Amino acid sequence: MMDDFLFRAVLGGVLLAAVCGPFGAFIVWRRMAFFGDMLAHSALLGVALGLLIGVDVRLGMIATCLASALILAIGQRQSRIGSDTVLGMLAHSTLALGMVALAFVHGVAVDIMAYLFGDILAVNMTDIWLLAGGGAFAIAVLIWMWRPLLAVTVSPEIAAAESIPVERLRLVFMLLMALVIGMAIKIVGVLLITALLIVPAASARFFSRTPEQMAIGAALFGMASVLAGIAMSWHFDTPAGPSIVISAAGLFLACIFVAPVWKRMAA
Amino acid sequence: MTAPLIEGRGLTLSFGSERVLDQVSLAIQPGEIITLIGPNGAGKSTLVKTLLGLQKPDEGKVIRKAGLKIGYVPQKLAIDQVLPMTVRRFLTLTRSATRAECEKVLGEVGATHVIDAQMSSLSGGESQRVMLARALLLRPQLLVLDEPTQGVDVSGQAELYRLIDTIRHELDCAVLMISHDLHLVMAKTDQVVCFNRHVCCSGMPETVRQHPEYRSLFGVREADAIGIYTHEHDHEHDLSGHVVGGCGHDHGHGHDHNHGHHHDHSHDTVKHAAGGAK
Repeated sequence: MMDDFLFRAVLGGVLLAAVCGPFGAFIVWRRMAFFGDMLAHSALLGVALGLLIGVDVRLGMIATCLASALILAIGQRQSRIGSDTVLGMLAHSTLALGMVALAFVHGVAVDIMAYLFGDILAVNMTDIWLLAGGGAFAIAVLIWMWRPLLAVTVSPEIAAAESIPVERLRLVFMLLMALVIGMAIKIVGVLLITALLIVPAASARFFSRTPEQMAIGAALFGMASVLAGIAMSWHFDTPAGPSIVISAAGLFLACIFVAPVWKRMAA
Repeated sequence: MTAPLIEGRGLTLSFGSERVLDQVSLAIQPGEIITLIGPNGAGKSTLVKTLLGLQKPDEGKVIRKAGLKIGYVPQKLAIDQVLPMTVRRFLTLTRSATRAECEKVLGEVGATHVIDAQMSSLSGGESQRVMLARALLLRPQLLVLDEPTQGVDVSGQAELYRLIDTIRHELDCAVLMISHDLHLVMAKTDQVVCFNRHVCCSGMPETVRQHPEYRSLFGVREADAIGIYTHEHDHEHDLSGHVVGGCGHDHGHGHDHNHGHHHDHSHDTVKHAAGGAK
């Protein structure tokens, strides 16, 4: 029987995977995996702040992700401390701050596990609408700036010489990432979101000849991972978020073996 | 004289305590070929990057003609293997183009056969040609080339320079080029700027060749070797009418202190000559 909660989980997961595909491809190309991780860690602080101030925790998560992205963008303007160090400091101090802040939240039992590993089976219609609206917005902006952002990724020098606003594009991309990750936490959780971003993109790399093929392929691999993960969770009663990540990793392993065969057939 | 396409005025830049650009002024007029020459570490690439706005100068300013279209060919471009990219897709990096347009422009640089190849699979020469083709597709008013023949064999180098010359006439664009292939470059260029952190001397190839600073930078034997090549092409430059630019005496530095290679150039002569002939 297809229960309502299962339907919502599948819908939410597939929507998220579709959005994560192209963003994940850019994260892989720009080597920003750790940046995604940092944003996710900071989201926990957003949960705490949301509960303390009394606003929706989803808005809290998106707000702290956006704030962290901005702080990082400022932090990267100097060169005395490497940007990976800045990232690490931000990730862990925001996480610690989030945990401490949660200790001050009285009267509400906060299920930390649900935020760390996601709770896709608890997705409600508000989550779906937020995801659909925010996701459509993020993808629309990404498509709009696709060509110049890709030029910046291939060569910031060529892009700048040809009057593409390199720094502005970088900042907009970081803010969009923050939005996507803020929306994703409820579904796959702080610890698993990076996996949903990079693993499908890595799988798609085997079969793509252009950046666009890889971005669409990443969305497809992500959707397949979500469906397989929810099926696995349903049949074996495993936690859904981790099951999705295991499916994505399983697909990647399969790709390693399928890719050479596929290449021979294509040639 | 018409307004320059791009002009640097009094550009000064230091990396740490090392001064890389010292009061550099340079203007590029529509349709002219300017070649920057100078020893390794002279700051040629830095100067070009500053003119393009990729590097902010500590002092001085860059004036760029409004709406100037620049095609930039970097020294080398390593596209990461994680990013799948066909040549066809790379050509449309900053503007869209049909397959027919891509084929045409690849034909002009003699690289039609690589259109569906991955960028990461190209040889050095193919990669340079594809980057040149991409810049051409923009139909730029100014083509900027940073050592365009890096990693290209000797016969390929001469061909590449001929190609750049053909393209320049076809597009009627200005060319700013960094080069160390002295004798190959000078024959085709309108203005040579001999550069070592400041503009040592500039002017038509023949004039620069005679300039004492140029001779001290590159060594007498190399300087004369170039002379043989430029002489054959004298007729191309008779009408260009460029005046010899500042020869460096107006910026108050003793040149003996400015050129690292100055005091020992007699030892360096052979090395420079060898480098130039590579």
